Amino acid sequence: MALRRQIRVGSQWMYADEAHKALREALRVMEDEKLAEAHGGHHLPWIRRYVFSTDHKWIGIQYGVTALLFLLLGFCLMILMRLQLGWPGQAFSIMKVLGESRAPGGVLLPEAYNQLGAMHGTIMIFLGIVPLAVGAFGNYLVPLQIGAPDMAFPKLNMASYWCYVPGGLIMLASFLAPGGTAQSGWTSYPPLSVIASQGQTWWLVGMVFLITSSLLGSVNFIVTIIQLRAKGLSYMRFPFFVHAQFVTSFLLLLAFPPLEAAAVLQLMDRIAGTSFFLPSGLVVSGQAIANVGGGNPLLWQHLFWFLAHPEVYVLILPAMGIVAEIIANNTRKPLWGYKSMVFATVFLGFMSFVVWAHHMFLTGMGTTISAFFQTTTMIISIPSVIILSSLFISLWGGSIRFNTPMMFALAFLPMFGIGGLTGLPLGLAAADIHLHDTYYVIGHFHYVVAPGTIFAMFAGIYYWFPKATGRKLNDFWGKVHFWVSFVCINGIFFPMFAQGLAGVSRRLYDGGMQYAHAKQIASQTNPFMSICAIGLLAAQVPFVFNFFYNVIAAAMGHRDEGLGSNPWQATTMEWAATTSPPLAHGNFEVLPVVYRGPYEYSVPGETAEFIPQNTPLTEPAPRGGTLLPATAVAMREN
Amino acid sequence: MDAHASVGHAELEIPYNVHPRPDTGLYNGKLGVWLFLASEVMLFGALFSSLILLRTGAESWPRGYEFLNVKLATFNTFILILSSVTVVMAWSHLRLGDLKKGRIYISATVLCALIFLTAKGFEYSHEFSEGRFPKTNNFLGIYFTMTGLHGLHILGGVIVFLYFLGPGAKMWAKEPERYTNRIEIVGLYWHFVDLVWIFLFPILYLM
Amino acid sequence: MTDPAAAVEPGVDIHEHAGIGDPNAHHHSPEQIRKEMRVYLAVFAGLAVLTAVTVGAFFALKTFPVRIAIMVALVIASIKGFLVAAFFMHLLSEKKVIYGVLILTVIFFIFLMLLPVSHHANPFGS
Repeated sequence: MALRRQIRVGSQWMYADEAHKALREALRVMEDEKLAEAHGGHHLPWIRRYVFSTDHKWIGIQYGVTALLFLLLGFCLMILMRLQLGWPGQAFSIMKVLGESRAPGGVLLPEAYNQLGAMHGTIMIFLGIVPLAVGAFGNYLVPLQIGAPDMAFPKLNMASYWCYVPGGLIMLASFLAPGGTAQSGWTSYPPLSVIASQGQTWWLVGMVFLITSSLLGSVNFIVTIIQLRAKGLSYMRFPFFVHAQFVTSFLLLLAFPPLEAAAVLQLMDRIAGTSFFLPSGLVVSGQAIANVGGGNPLLWQHLFWFLAHPEVYVLILPAMGIVAEIIANNTRKPLWGYKSMVFATVFLGFMSFVVWAHHMFLTGMGTTISAFFQTTTMIISIPSVIILSSLFISLWGGSIRFNTPMMFALAFLPMFGIGGLTGLPLGLAAADIHLHDTYYVIGHFHYVVAPGTIFAMFAGIYYWFPKATGRKLNDFWGKVHFWVSFVCINGIFFPMFAQGLAGVSRRLYDGGMQYAHAKQIASQTNPFMSICAIGLLAAQVPFVFNFFYNVIAAAMGHRDEGLGSNPWQATTMEWAATTSPPLAHGNFEVLPVVYRGPYEYSVPGETAEFIPQNTPLTEPAPRGGTLLPATAVAMREN
Repeated sequence: MDAHASVGHAELEIPYNVHPRPDTGLYNGKLGVWLFLASEVMLFGALFSSLILLRTGAESWPRGYEFLNVKLATFNTFILILSSVTVVMAWSHLRLGDLKKGRIYISATVLCALIFLTAKGFEYSHEFSEGRFPKTNNFLGIYFTMTGLHGLHILGGVIVFLYFLGPGAKMWAKEPERYTNRIEIVGLYWHFVDLVWIFLFPILYLM
Repeated sequence: MTDPAAAVEPGVDIHEHAGIGDPNAHHHSPEQIRKEMRVYLAVFAGLAVLTAVTVGAFFALKTFPVRIAIMVALVIASIKGFLVAAFFMHLLSEKKVIYGVLILTVIFFIFLMLLPVSHHANPFGS
């Protein structure tokens, strides 16, 4: 075996033949540059640069904008629902947007309420939060935080976005189907979903697209994180956000396919007349159905929840990642218990696959199986507690900066705490008998997702906005946005626990008014909650203005001149190793090398207040941190 | 070592696209395809799981061999295994630098795949002509769904192979190693599809 | 100087010479590749034989209880699957990362297979 000669180019060792290849490539690029200059300096046509981009930063922005629009839509559906719940049967002129078939004279019909409910859930989860948390934040930040020039498969990245968009459009189109859109809950339980109108088929097809998009994305994330991390970036030096995205991607990769299979089976039931989920002898409105039967509705529930439980951890983990980054940065100290948090996250991801049937305690499970799932559910609360506690303890002794992202991140902690604690009685079968399918459940999961995840999303937007645009969002209006949202969101969801305990069932179009046991509490709480919902809507107005004003200003080239590329004085590489916004091509002038952990704030014995991850060890840390890529200094030394 | 950020050109150079990363020993596509196959295991696994649940809960369950064409399915099994051999031969010849033999073997793989699909087509039309449709009972429902999904996967593989025989072959001239890697990756996918059939055949036809 | 970039001495091949059948060693000798091709043909022969055995066993076990027949069929299928995975997909010489991913997948696949068991084994009131 002949030895291959190696030469040193800068700080890089290369095989001589590869160096030669690189030199030929460099010459070709220079020729190309000259040609491009001659042709007006544009390398890519508009459609390749802004529509079918393969740049992870732009794809992240595409995901972000699309997801925020869907979140707004899901929010509007919720407003319509809450109008009905607060004042059942009342005519509202705004309801008329749904059309005469759904809201004759502005009064919402029960079937239309079910459509709103099913689509609110679906849109918020699959078109809103997952694309925002993973597609937007994940795509934009992970390559930057690990020091990579882009994702491992840029074209696949583009494909996953362009699988998400048709999926979303099909979901939207389902509103136009005869008989309305899907109305069997976001959970689509058969037999109801199988006999439902055409909109349900569109829902299933849309889901197939969305699942495919997630699968392609998750492969990309895992390969990128394992293969493209910078030199010196060992796993235990990752920013916690990267760990969160890594585990999330495994959940998406391995948990989504069973739902895809289930969606195919339900499509077969609906279109090909099979009976996978239809029991024998089913009679609908006095008529026996045509399908032969022999199927099992619980099969759908098993397959659905096999995904949907890991799915809820997909919703929360990126949020925890964002909050962790912001807390470390704004306490000016490392995260407490980083190692425990990492192991807890991995353990959480693993356990999330064995708890699914706690959504099915009331389906006729025997006590042995029920005990098994209760046990695993109780066990899975431990890693969540570890992560939350570590984040709380991280505040101790910190030099806390109460900027807008930190406000949202701080609020996340008790809100997720309430959400998590209220999950415990639901995970115990005995208590669940009374609480299942009541408003208690709705209160529980909304606390985790709404003042939980969505607050973390807002925190992330305020925090990383300067990275993407070079401008900060206005902090005063950010705090207005925060406080009004915080008060209103608690006003909406806290009373739900009382309602649930009193026995108010979920998915009732009149909020419980038709039941004697529920009537009083429903009439006492629902109007208040609906007013809070309108308040929450109003609270978003300053955010929308703040956001668009600064986006447009940035697009017109008005950067905050005094801001610099690392306005939060952060140690992680997305801030410290590149400009704001990052270099369009390849993110970094030179791929960074990592020498330190992710949170070297206030390191004892060092003069610098913070030290970026890519600062060499032998280099005396510059006073007060640095805004220059430290590798440039290292290269000069050589 | 091909890690360098390229500035100013449309095509970004991604590290470890062709040559493996030293500490993992893998190039990106290899890890990517195995992850994808892991998700496919869960996809077909969910269908196998559904089959078991439906079958063990059913009052009566027809036996596949009572009316399905076992001989044709056995023939198909041989054909698919043969196609697995041809694709691994194709990859070996590409590694030896022989594009011509590589293309012959890839074409043989595509031919086997098309024979498989044609036989499947005959099988399906025979079942339909005998009045056996997916909706007839749950066994047939799961039979058509699983073999249908499997067939779609075969079709997908055929399309990718045709791409690499056609426009994709240009890659060989500039980057032969990258082309060989791509064939290896499609080959891994192809072996997986064969693997699924190795289990589907006895479970659906012989049990 | 702790520069991690300066890890290699000049003139030394940093890629360790890989074992037989290592698909990731991109400087395999032609003899090794041809040796692998012979292995592939041998595996093909084995698979063909096992396919015949599958069908033969099916006929032979017609009089046996269904459970035995199912087990035999699954065992044969597993052997065939192992051959495809180990040799055609060269899993025998794959890297740890891949093994890790697959072990994780197998564990979750087992959970998925236990799903129908969990459903039927312990209904309410049993």
